[in-house]
Amino acid sequence: MIDSASLLAVLPELILTAGGLILMLIAAYGGDATARLVNWLSVLTLAIAGLALSTSLAHGPDAFDGLVRADAFSVFAKALIYGAGAAAILLAPRYFLVGGALRAEYPVLILFSSIGMGMMVSAGDLLTLYVGLEMQSLAAYVLASFMRQDERSSEAGLKYFVLGSLASGILLYGSALLYGFTGGTSFDGIAVALSDGVSKGELFGLVFVLAGLAFKISAVPFHMWTPDVYEGAPTPVTTFFASAPKVAAIGLTVRVAIEALGPAGLDWQQVVIFVALASILFGAVAAIGQTNIKRLMAYSSINNVGFALIGLATGTPAGAAATMSYMAIYVVMTIGGFACILQMRDAEGRPVETIASLAGLSRSRQGLAAALAIFMFSMAGIPPLFGFWAKFLVFDAAVAAGLTALAAFGIAMSVIGAFYYLKIIKTMYFDEPAAPYEARGGAVENIILTACAVVIVFGYFLNPVLDKASAAAAASLF
Amino acid sequence: MSGFPILSLMMAVPMAGAIACLFAGANQARWIALVATLVDLVLGVILWMNFDQSGTAAQWQFQEYAPIFGRFAWALGIDGIALLLIALTVFLMPICIGASWIAIEKRVPEYMAAFLFMEVLMIGVFTAQDLYLFYIMFEAGLIPMYLIIGIWGGADRIYASYKFFLYTLLGSVLMLIAMMWMVHEAGTTDIPTLMAYHFDPHIQTWLWLAFFASFAVKMPMWPVHTWLPDAHVQAPTAGSVILAGVLLKMGGYGFIRFSLPMFPEASAQLAPLVWGLSMVAVVYTSLVALVQSDMKKLIAYSSVAHMAIVTVGLFAFNQAGIEGAMMVMLGHGLVSGALFLCVGVIYDRLHTREISRYGGLSINMPKYAVLFMLFTMASVGLPGTSNFVGEFLSLMGIYQASSWVALVCTTGIILGAAYMLYLYRRIAYGEQKNADAAAMPDLSAREIWLLAPIAAAVLWMGVYPESFLAPMRSDIRALEARVASARPAGDSQIKMGAAVPAAEAAHHEEAPAHGEAH
Repeated sequence: MIDSASLLAVLPELILTAGGLILMLIAAYGGDATARLVNWLSVLTLAIAGLALSTSLAHGPDAFDGLVRADAFSVFAKALIYGAGAAAILLAPRYFLVGGALRAEYPVLILFSSIGMGMMVSAGDLLTLYVGLEMQSLAAYVLASFMRQDERSSEAGLKYFVLGSLASGILLYGSALLYGFTGGTSFDGIAVALSDGVSKGELFGLVFVLAGLAFKISAVPFHMWTPDVYEGAPTPVTTFFASAPKVAAIGLTVRVAIEALGPAGLDWQQVVIFVALASILFGAVAAIGQTNIKRLMAYSSINNVGFALIGLATGTPAGAAATMSYMAIYVVMTIGGFACILQMRDAEGRPVETIASLAGLSRSRQGLAAALAIFMFSMAGIPPLFGFWAKFLVFDAAVAAGLTALAAFGIAMSVIGAFYYLKIIKTMYFDEPAAPYEARGGAVENIILTACAVVIVFGYFLNPVLDKASAAAAASLF
Repeated sequence: MSGFPILSLMMAVPMAGAIACLFAGANQARWIALVATLVDLVLGVILWMNFDQSGTAAQWQFQEYAPIFGRFAWALGIDGIALLLIALTVFLMPICIGASWIAIEKRVPEYMAAFLFMEVLMIGVFTAQDLYLFYIMFEAGLIPMYLIIGIWGGADRIYASYKFFLYTLLGSVLMLIAMMWMVHEAGTTDIPTLMAYHFDPHIQTWLWLAFFASFAVKMPMWPVHTWLPDAHVQAPTAGSVILAGVLLKMGGYGFIRFSLPMFPEASAQLAPLVWGLSMVAVVYTSLVALVQSDMKKLIAYSSVAHMAIVTVGLFAFNQAGIEGAMMVMLGHGLVSGALFLCVGVIYDRLHTREISRYGGLSINMPKYAVLFMLFTMASVGLPGTSNFVGEFLSLMGIYQASSWVALVCTTGIILGAAYMLYLYRRIAYGEQKNADAAAMPDLSAREIWLLAPIAAAVLWMGVYPESFLAPMRSDIRALEARVASARPAGDSQIKMGAAVPAAEAAHHEEAPAHGEAH
């Protein structure tokens, strides 16, 4: 039944849809000359959609008979997604200009992807979940191969598509099993059916759904696509992949695990714990040998997802809140980090991706080096930077839930991760200078970078707000 | 002074200086750093003068509390123990800046900013009254120190900086998990409250071990000391001074502030472990120091040996031992800092740390030889110098707990005399076998200004230690009362009383648990 309350509850998605369609028309008729205009209008659309979040919250939590949820959780996740999407749009033009691919479709695709991501985090039903996921993924496949002439980009797109389809298949199979054995597709219905014990068929469905989701969040052992796609995709697209879809997929995983599979908590908890620890360890160890910074960031994202999942593994409201806080801080660090990586351009303005080229950056570009060092120390979880607080929250939740051994093991492995972040700082600060980069970064890049750095350095003052928002988000799941 | 946030101000001054340095030129940065550290020194003096050290005074003074970080608060406050360590910090910082005045030529603004930031964090560690705030300050020190060693260090600096960073990080992370557990158990992050909280003795063992992992690395205790010689040797002179002078003291401070009062039962239970490691450290690292050919490495190993005296003093569970441990920490902070400065003085002239490249310096550098001699003697623990007081009290304290430990650790004094005098002989005495070393000029006015204040403080501590014992006496008495219930039975059973014939006094092995007095 379609009623006005339901429509208002999905107002952000409606705005994005309308904005996306109109901008696509502009792009189609105006051609690439309109690229910059479309860029700004897309950011504006995302901003308006962000403002509409409060409307959607007021008309939630259930819309369309529970197919869609407009609760504090979805609002929290969507705010991050829209912010990350806007940053990915703003950071792009300069990169594409050099590569000769400044096209107006890019921001539009991000808008469509954002609609999908919004649906993912507000899904209340396996069907909405799947539609949202596919909508996000289809746009993402195109984005990965956005530089058509570039071999690596096309390869990344193809790889992403093939493996992504496989994952969707697995997820769909799991959904079908869950539907078959529980008799419903709504999360609430599944939860009710699971509460009288978990049958073998339901267990299979649960494992397949989690495996499909693990692929989307690029958790070990379903991470193999990540380094190749992150390396091959154009850097602004990598920025996007590492931020917004990560939040959406983690948000979706949290929601499915708690709302739909909550009664089977003990069954999925072991899976999540294994995936979390494996991701932390593998992400850290495999990153050590990398020479390409985008590949390194890919492993770093695998590593970070592992930490975020520790919050989920507790299965408590505090844990879910910690996971979402983790993602919020992670998004800021990632966007800031990529804003630095995007500035790695040689004297002619061509992008450079090797870690070795960062050598001696602290002497040629002091500010850039300091910013990247801040993000790297923060990712390594060294206080007083905000990345420490992200890790603190998930481990604190684990300790509170009695998973002290998990917390101790996870935090000990974070030391391995610190090593490769330190390697970047060492390259920038201790090594003799390599060929210098372009003397100045773009204004937009610098603004985004500075904003992220300020949040990472002074983030603790945001603690009261973040605590409240993430607690409200988590509370709406239970 | 009540109500005035002097502790926050003491952290704000160097922080502002650090930021200003980043935007200044090389020479400006030097002056900014010097002024900021001197202002902090003045504030430190004001702090000490306003500190109420009468027996009836409140244990925690200059408290500040602002719950602005959600789960934890900006809670500061000091007792006498923290006061002395803060005083040590603010005293050494201007000297460090002065020592880097000429020696550091490249990237001066960043260097000064790193040092000032380090000062903020060191003061933060000693003043934090919130568990998580303490952890943040404690860990954050890794960042500036990593940069100081890595950018301005010697030839093998990168290896040393990694080793320093990862070693200490691995040690600390487990402590964080233990802290989280404690906060969930006790429901507060307030350190004074936690110091009085009674944790289940079975859990205490685990918590104690987690904290021990961190503090033992920081201290450093054998066998996790291996990062220290590397870090010391590679760090620039001022980096070594601050590392030996203050950073190592964070480990000892941690034991005093956390391990002993929060987990008294576990401390008593695991004291033999600490004693054992300390005994090995005293003897083993002293012997290692004896055969070093690198001056900085020798002093680094001697630091490990001295810190072992600190740990035995702390785990003696009595006032003498803990007071002694504090005095060794303060004395060692001054003396090892001064020794690293002395090494720096001749390193700046000849650019080598090889002991054999020097010789007969007392001929061409008499002023240097006098000051170096004073610090050598202080390091040996000669009466009248700072280290004597501390070592004597520590060993007296541990003798009441275990005479065997006292016996083994006392050999450290003899071995210490051996390696320090041997070092001094090779550098200052003998023939001037190297022409370039013989041509070195004596101390400049700047260098005298760096070493003279430390020399004065060392003598002051040695001649009139009461100035330093008075502020912490009641705090250590409170600590002793806190751990009294768990104190392990001593084996020496000293009894005060009427003179006893010698033959009787010798046999007291089987006597009951507690001596009457000590």
